Amino acid sequence: MNTWIYIAIFIFLSLFFPTLLAVAGWFLGPRRPNPIKEDTYECGLETVGETWVQFKIQYYLFALVFLVFDVELVFLYPWAVAYHKLPLYAVGEGVLFIALLAAALIYAWRKGALEWS
Amino acid sequence: MTVMQIVFLITAVVTLFAAFRVVTTPNMVHAALWLIVTLFGAAVFYALLQANFLAVAQVVVYIGAIAILMMFVIMLTRREMRDRGPQTGKQWPWAAVIAAAFFGGLVWLGQQAALPAAPKADVPKDSIAQLGQALVSPNGFVIPFEVASVLLLAALIGAVYLAWTRHQS
Repeated sequence: MNTWIYIAIFIFLSLFFPTLLAVAGWFLGPRRPNPIKEDTYECGLETVGETWVQFKIQYYLFALVFLVFDVELVFLYPWAVAYHKLPLYAVGEGVLFIALLAAALIYAWRKGALEWS
Repeated sequence: MTVMQIVFLITAVVTLFAAFRVVTTPNMVHAALWLIVTLFGAAVFYALLQANFLAVAQVVVYIGAIAILMMFVIMLTRREMRDRGPQTGKQWPWAAVIAAAFFGGLVWLGQQAALPAAPKADVPKDSIAQLGQALVSPNGFVIPFEVASVLLLAALIGAVYLAWTRHQS
């Protein structure tokens, strides 16, 4: 259980410091608004169009491929934790697991699914 | 009250509130963000139950991938994120009655079951390593492990085929 306390401390710090900076900026900074300052910030360029735009369908394909490899990660994580205790054939089984998914990646690649058009 | 109970109560309140906001907020993107908070609350519950691997898997798969996929789906399909209509359907009183009955039934079942006050055995420190060994041991789950790989292969090929060929034509 104690190992989780470190994660709790990290979560607390990662929430605390950005909040602290935002609150400090709110209290310490002078506020003299004008229309240009109030404008939406977009990398220094003038904003074009609406905020809510429809995304390209290609993002979905990338997300799907990512999801598959994410699930693969869940299987490989305990395998990697036990790595130093495993015999050679067990390492080979993990490599086979990765190789099968590498075949999937090659398929997606050959299909051109990873290219941005 | 122990520290665990305090953490449990705070997490329970946050998770329930987030789940409530998922179904009540009119903005779809906000609903997806609240869903991430709900899923994270479930991960904290797993950690409290000493199910370390499940907690990690919950964060990696549900928050890291599925919630992001949902976000993409929302952004792909709708131009208008804000739902202007009412947030409740015509049959919400019936749904509320059934949900309340279901909750009551679960509470009743939980009180009927003779649950032990403490876990019967402590979770071993190297439980994830043991799981890893079991996954690749011939006496354990090596066949399901490799079949999972084939399943993922099929899923990816299917996804690429469906999404990509239709996109091309």
